[in-house]
Parts: sequence; C-alpha cells; structure tokens
Amino acid sequence: MNFDSIKLQYEIPANNFTAAGEIVSSMKKVLSHLVINPAVIKRVAIAAYEGEMNAVIHAGGGSVEVTIDPDKITVKIADQGAGIPDLELAMQEGYSTAPEDIKQLGFGAGMGLPNMKENADVLDIDTRVGQGTTVVITVYIR
Amino acid sequence: MKVRDFAHRLGLDVLDGNDGLDGEVTGMYVGDLLSWVMSHAGKGSAWVTIHAHVNIVAVALITDLSCIIIAEGVKPDKATLDKAEQEKIPVLATEMTAYEVCWKAHEILQAEGVC
Repeated sequence: MNFDSIKLQYEIPANNFTAAGEIVSSMKKVLSHLVINPAVIKRVAIAAYEGEMNAVIHAGGGSVEVTIDPDKITVKIADQGAGIPDLELAMQEGYSTAPEDIKQLGFGAGMGLPNMKENADVLDIDTRVGQGTTVVITVYIR
Repeated sequence: MKVRDFAHRLGLDVLDGNDGLDGEVTGMYVGDLLSWVMSHAGKGSAWVTIHAHVNIVAVALITDLSCIIIAEGVKPDKATLDKAEQEKIPVLATEMTAYEVCWKAHEILQAEGVC
C-alpha cells in the first residue's frame, strides 16, 4: 500500500440511525478509493456499523475514529453510556438488552457484539459501568 | 441479470436508486434481522425484506447487495428513498409476500442460469 496513515473522525448523535449509516457509507468510500480488498472493507464496515448501532441504541451516541495504516484498519468507537455490566454475557449470541421499538426495526437480536468479534481480527472492549465503553476493532489488510 | 430486467420481469415497482439499475442480480436473500443479513447475504443478492426505514440502505451498501425489494405492500419513508438515490441502491416494492417474490424470482433466475 502506497500511503501514509489516514485518520477519519465522526460523531455519532444520540437516537439517530441515519447518521450511523452515513458514517459507514463515507468510510467505505474512502477505503474503496484506496483500493483495499473488498472483503476487508466489508468486514470493517460490518464491525463498525454494529459498533455504531450499539452506541446509538445503548449509549446516547459517541464518537468514531478510523485509522487506516498500510497494514491495518483500526476503528475506535467510544461512548459515555452506561457501560456493560457483564461483558461475557453481552458477547453471547442472542443476548440483548435492546428495547422493543429498536427490535421492531430489525436490530437488537443480540448479534451486534458477536458480529463484531467475527469480523474483526482483534476486538478490544474497555467498558466501565456508569462511565462508558470504548471498542477498538482491528482488521489487517493482507 | 440486470436489476432493471429483473424488476421488470417480476413486476416490481422501481421506487428509487435508478442509477443502480444496471447492477447485476447474482442471487436472492430474505431476512429481517439486519445483523443476520449483513453477515450472511452474498454480494449482488436481491434482498427481500419488510423493513422500510433508512437503515436498510446502509445494510445493502455494506453487504454490496444489488437491490432491496420491500415486500407485502410496505411503503418506505422519504429518508430511505433519498438515501437510496444517493447511494445508487435500487429500492423495488411489491404487494407480493416475501415467499411469492422468491418463488417467482427463482423461476426467472434459474431460467437465466443465475442461480
């Protein structure tokens, strides 16, 4: 890859599903222009979108920082929400604390975190109850 | 098979995303759990759903789907159509059930040797 590190920053507003879609759309365009393997872009996009949705649904929004290095893409999603009391439980597929109105939109099936884990090469979650959660998704460009 | 021809043969209404009508339909996918669709739908699939909110466009974009088919007479809101136009993702609509769409699509796509 013939470029230096590129950084993209976005804000995720609270209760705004459209904005999360915009972020992933913008991110995908930048990655496509850099001629990164479409399979890698898809994995980054899925993991990032799930993370953004979690911030919208559970934490009143947050921020996204995407760093594109020649060998890897890192997406850091940080919120100042309620935190995750039992991370092991939250990582289980099918476990969800999403409200009913969110489920009716097709989210909140308890697949967000498992999907992020499946699509990331490395998934780091730092969560503190009452303070917030920071998720770092790393996908290597092979 | 081009989305344009596929929509015409199935009798689907093309609501928006006209710039994407030359995309190729390479398969079908049905589902309403967005996380599941994102992780399982194949590139180029025509996606049948009953959701009509703006997030379906993001899902189609992430998954590289050829078009969205909103079944069972559900009407998308303006935000969905505006976003679809912007992202060049065709949004097709029908009164048919998801089952009927897939059954008819199968006949057409099989005859065309697509899937």
